[in-house]
Parts: sequence; C-alpha cells; structure tokens
Amino acid sequence: MKLRRISTAVAAAATLALVATGCGGGGDKGKDGDKIVIGIKFDQPGLGLKTQDGKYTGFDVDVARYVAKELGYPEDKIEFKQAPSAERENLISNGDVKFVAGTYSITDKRKARVDFAGPYFLAHQDLLVRADDTSITKATDLNNKKLCSVTGSTSAQNVKEKLAPEADLQTLGGYSECLNGLQNKTVDALTTDDSILAGYAAQKEHQGKFKLAGLKLSDENYGIGLKKGDKDLQGKINKALEKMKSDGSWEKAVKEHFGPANYKYEPAPEITEKG
Amino acid sequence: MTSVLYDAPGPGAKRRNIIYTVVFVVLIGLAAWWVLATMDEKNQLDADKWSPFVTDSRVWTTFLLPGLLETLKAAALSLVIALPLGAILGIGRLSDHAWISVPVGVVVEFFRSIPVLIMMVFAHQLFVLFSTIDSEVRPLYAVVTGLVLYNASVIAEIVRSGIQSLPTGQTDAAKAIGMRKGQMMLFVLLPQAVTAMLPALVSQLVVIVKDTALGGAILGFNELLFQVRTITANYGANTIAALTVVALIFILVNFALTSFASWLERRLREGKKSTGAMVDRNVIDAAGGMGAAL
Amino acid sequence: MFEFLTSGRYDLLGAFWVTVQLTLYSAVGSLVWGTLLAGMRVSPVPLMRGFGTAYVNVVRNTPLTIIIVGSLLGLYQTLGFELGAERSEDIGFRLAVLGLVAYTGTFVCEALRSGINTVPVGQAEAARALGLGFTQVLTLIILPQAFRSVVAPLANVLIALTKNTTVAAAIGVAEAAYLMKNMVENESDALFAVFGVVALGFVLLTLPTGLLLGWVSKRVAVKR
Repeated sequence: MKLRRISTAVAAAATLALVATGCGGGGDKGKDGDKIVIGIKFDQPGLGLKTQDGKYTGFDVDVARYVAKELGYPEDKIEFKQAPSAERENLISNGDVKFVAGTYSITDKRKARVDFAGPYFLAHQDLLVRADDTSITKATDLNNKKLCSVTGSTSAQNVKEKLAPEADLQTLGGYSECLNGLQNKTVDALTTDDSILAGYAAQKEHQGKFKLAGLKLSDENYGIGLKKGDKDLQGKINKALEKMKSDGSWEKAVKEHFGPANYKYEPAPEITEKG
Repeated sequence: MTSVLYDAPGPGAKRRNIIYTVVFVVLIGLAAWWVLATMDEKNQLDADKWSPFVTDSRVWTTFLLPGLLETLKAAALSLVIALPLGAILGIGRLSDHAWISVPVGVVVEFFRSIPVLIMMVFAHQLFVLFSTIDSEVRPLYAVVTGLVLYNASVIAEIVRSGIQSLPTGQTDAAKAIGMRKGQMMLFVLLPQAVTAMLPALVSQLVVIVKDTALGGAILGFNELLFQVRTITANYGANTIAALTVVALIFILVNFALTSFASWLERRLREGKKSTGAMVDRNVIDAAGGMGAAL
Repeated sequence: MFEFLTSGRYDLLGAFWVTVQLTLYSAVGSLVWGTLLAGMRVSPVPLMRGFGTAYVNVVRNTPLTIIIVGSLLGLYQTLGFELGAERSEDIGFRLAVLGLVAYTGTFVCEALRSGINTVPVGQAEAARALGLGFTQVLTLIILPQAFRSVVAPLANVLIALTKNTTVAAAIGVAEAAYLMKNMVENESDALFAVFGVVALGFVLLTLPTGLLLGWVSKRVAVKR
C-alpha cells in the first residue's frame, strides 16, 4: 500500500506544519513590569533601522533609549516593536507600546487619539535630488520632472496639488524603489520629510550621490506619542528630552546619524506639549 | 509527438540547424552582453552590491531566512485551512440536493472569479476595523484569509473533478453492497480521489507560495519579497541584487515543489492499486495556477 | 453607504477601463509570445528547445509580483527601457503589460503544447510526405488544429490574466485593485460596499469571457 503510505506522510507533514506554525503566533506582549516596549520604525536608515545584527540604530532610537534610561530602564530592559506609520495610534491606544518615537509628527488630528511629549525634532518636507542636478531649486521646478513618492504618502500629493501641478508623479511601493530610480536618472526627485531623506543620503553607499534641496515645504514637529491622558509619563518624557538637549546627547545623536548628508538640521525645538 | 513534426535532418538540414543555433546563440549572447554592460555602466555589478549575499551570513540569518519562513508559514497555513474547507465545498457541490449544490456552486464560482489581491486588501481592512489582531501579524492574517478564500474554491474544483474522475463502477459497487451516500463518499470515493488529486494539490501549493509575494508588495507582509526593502535599507543601493537573490530563492522553492508534484504523479500512475484516475494538473494549473494572481 | 460611487473622488469606471486595457494588450501579446515559445519547444533546433523549456520552467516558478516589480526596477530604471512613453503613468502601464506577457506567455505555451499533442500523428506525417518543412508543417497543418482544441484552456488563461492585472498595483498602475486599496483606506465605513462593487466588476469581466469562449470552444472543436 504505497499510496496509503504517501497520503499518510503528506497528512502527517501537513499536521506538523500546522502545529509548528500554530505555536509560532501569540507569544508574550511584553507587558511584564520590568520591561519597556517602545514603538519605532524598523526600515528608516538614520531614524529607526533594524540592522543585519538584529540591533536597532538611528536618531529616533537614540532618543527612545535616552528617554527610557531616564525613566529607569537600562538598555537590556528595552524591547523595540515595529510601528509602521498607519499603526502608531493603534499601538499606543491598545497599550502594546509604552510610547512611540518614529518620525511621528504632532498634528491635531492625531492628538484626538493620543498625547504627545516633545517635540524633540523639527523636520520639513523636502526633496532629494541627485548631487549634480542643479535644475531643481524650488518646488515649481518640479513641473515636467519625474517625482517619486511611496504609496500612502501625502507629501507628494501636496506638491502635485499645490505647488507643481505638471509634475510627473510616480507612486511606488517603497523608498528603495524610488532611490534606485533616482540613482539611474529615471526619477528626478524624491519627496518626504528631510530627516528621512537625510537618513538615506547619509548611508555609506549613497554618500555624495544625493543632496537635499532644502525647500522647507512644511513644518513637521516630531513628538513622542503616548497614551491619551497619561500626564505623568508626558511630564517625565519632557524632562528627559530637556536633559538630553542640555547635556549634549541630542547634538551628538543628530551629528552621528545625519552628519554625512550635509543636512542643515534645525536646532532642538522648545517643548510645547505640556499637560 | 514533437519529433513527428520534422524529418530526421539530412546534411542540408543539419547545416541549417547549425546556422540557426549559431544565430540564436549570437542573439542571446548580444542581449546578455548588452544587459551586463549597461548594468556595469550603472554600477549594478559592483562587488559590494552582491558580496553581502555571499560573505555576510547575517543577510541570510536576519533577513532572507526569516522572510522565507514567513512565506512558507503563510503558504502552509493557507493550504492546511483551505484543504478541509475546499473538500467540504467540493463535496457540497456534488450533492443531490439543489438547495446545497446551487449555493455552494455560487460561492465557489464567486471566489474563483475575483482576484486574490482584492480579497487580501479587503481582509486586511476588515481586521483593522473589526478586530484586535496585533499589527505585527495582521498582514499574515490578511494574506492567509485571502489565500484561503481563493484556494478553498479552487480545491473544491480539484476535489470535484477528482471524484468525478473515478470510474463509475466504484459508485455502482458501493451501492450494490448497500452503502449509504455518506458511507460511499467517505469510504469509497474520497480515499481514492485523494490520490488522484495529490499532484494537483502540490501544484496548487506553488501557486500559494507565489501569491504570498503579493502580500509583501502591497500589504507590508514581511515575507521574502519584502526583505528586498529591509536589505537595501541596510546595505544601500543594491535593490537589483537583492531582488535577483529573492527571485532565485522563490524559483528554487517552487521548482522543488513542481518536481515533487511530477514525481508524485508518475509514482501514482505507476501504482498498481490505483484506479489510474488522475486530475489533470495542467488544466487546473491553467485555471487555478494563473488565476491565483501569480 | 454607496456615496463613494457618486462623490466624484474616485474614478471607478476609469480604473476598470485600465484593467480592461491591461487585459486586452497583455492577451494579444501573450498569445503571440506563447505561440513563439511553443514553436521553439517543438522545433528541430536543440538549443531553441532548451531555451523554451528553461524559460517556461523559470518564469512559471517566479511570482508575477517579482516579474512586474523587476520590470520596473530592472528594465526601466536600470536598463533604461521607456517603451516609447514619456509620462510615468504610461511607462508603468507598458511595463505591467510586458511583465504580464512574459508570465502569461508560458501558460499559453503549455496550453498550446498540449493542443499540439491532440493532433493525430497522421496529420504531420501526411504533411511531411507532401514535402513540407518544419515551419510549414507547424503553421499550416498543426497549429490551426491545435488552436481549435485549446480554446477552453486558453479561456481559462484569459480569465486568470484578467485577475492577474491587479498585480500591476505593485508598481502604481491605477487599475481597479489600486483604486480599491485607496478607497478602503479613506472610506472605512463603506468597506463592504467597496469590496462588493469591485468584486462585482471582476465577476462582470470574467463571467462573460468564460461563457463566450466556452461557446466558441464547442463551435470550433475538431470533431474526431
């Protein structure tokens, strides 16, 4: 009965797969007392990036670590959780993370669902262009140029609707696709926050190839998102941020992560989000 | 059959074949040379873009292998859930009662005729709005839901044709010894149909594996294709290299599955105990294989 | 619940028109490319047979998403193929068609090959006895009969192709699935209505194709 044996083997393999994968899900939510779970970006060089060693690096990560240290959590008690843009409010209000530090602009719409501490950084919407490209110095130069943005981003839509209606907008799945195009001259400019762009431009492999246009198309105040109404935590984080600025750690982190991009970053902003 | 299309080559034909071969080689060689030259000109062949995949084992342990695991996990879960569901739908469609077979038929045809991507997108948003599923696994759930809905209906058709492919003597004999409809299905038809269906089911697994990539590109499911982005975020401008490696892994996995399906089919055809019934893999492939969006 | 249809913010008909165009152009391209591939796979030149077999095996086992994303990253961005278009929108569309043709061609090829196998051996033998060469045997005798017997499988491929056009959303082609993704994110209260309308659109596209070609396949089938 070879057939029977084969069918049994297949069935057994399928069951094994089910059991194996069934156990893979779930897991702890990291809510135990002595650990802190922080939401960051995993895929933004310079801001929040999971590296090949499984470690985390970037300006947002440094800020998160500093704040956690001030709250009484040493490095090994921090657990980082991926906080994609669309998920940040959900993660905070579900209590999955204690706070989020991930290119999180303070807006009134978001403040309806979460509270912020900070801001700790002032970014602007900007353009990334090739280093040798001098034809784009203002937003209207984008008319008839190829502009790239990622799906779900509103920055490119703003440019197209308000500043350069004739821009040839291409919407791709991720920044890596846009950068590949920019490098190979099938894209003339990539638009999003200058901090994010600087993160890419500062990458070892990209150094000297791209530059920021420095247009300041908008103001983006990055804050630390936390549960609505948690005034105690907000106060503590604000204090930690003040300390980070005054003891020079802020300056050091900015230099380390954005320095190589020739990015003229704004000085540390004043804390505005107070209880 | 193919050799019937032309005579055994004589001296002239042999010469002609050699000329064709040379021309073909030259054309392909020129195309390949041009592609490589252009890639080199754009610095896409630089060693530092490709070497991480050979020299840096962390590319594999941090990105590629975990990504592959997610891909296989989604594929395995989808198949395991879709199998029983598909079997029930397939048998339901063969029911003698119109009040069962007609609605089941409508459901099967509906999910077979809409793209798997829009089911995934729908499921993803459904979970965002009406569930507390953690954001880290939500894309996995959405991809699996979409794949289950689609593949259950494809498997229903495989099951139906598997049962219909059995010789009618099986049904007659079962009836003759006084089996009820349920007994006949459970003890006579299904066990034999399973062996007839196995190759088609393995082929369907290839389709499922290919479909998971859609979740990576559009829903942010961190499967294998998605790793192209995380790798380039770490290693810089090596999008082309990363995409090539990922494509190769997909091809290898699927090639192994396809070969397994062919081996299984041969094995089952040779088996003496089999009725010789077999669900035509290519027909299902043409419908399901392509239909599954990838 | 159905305000999104009348609000004027979403061009649903336009998106489905893109889907239809993607399907039609890719269908014609795939038919031509698939026939060429099938020709290569049965040709007397071993190298062409090898190329055809390798191409089909590799492409069939690659996710279509990778093929279409690869055509954008590789063909367009790196190798600089613009396919005669200027605006990104048109380039994306043409790249998607190219990717769909490369992928779907393999399924057409395999369907056609099984069709060639249904043509009785005597047909080819008779043709060769008349002194016809390989190309003549294939194009005058075998393929016309093979095509008539594979209308039904080809209809399945066409239906699958229609659904596969949604993958073009991965490179930002504004077809039905791309629009749907935007709609469900912005109109969360109309999720079920949006899904229903888009699903209905695809049922309306695929159902008549299946019925029509099913009828055609019965009409043209070679009676043996």
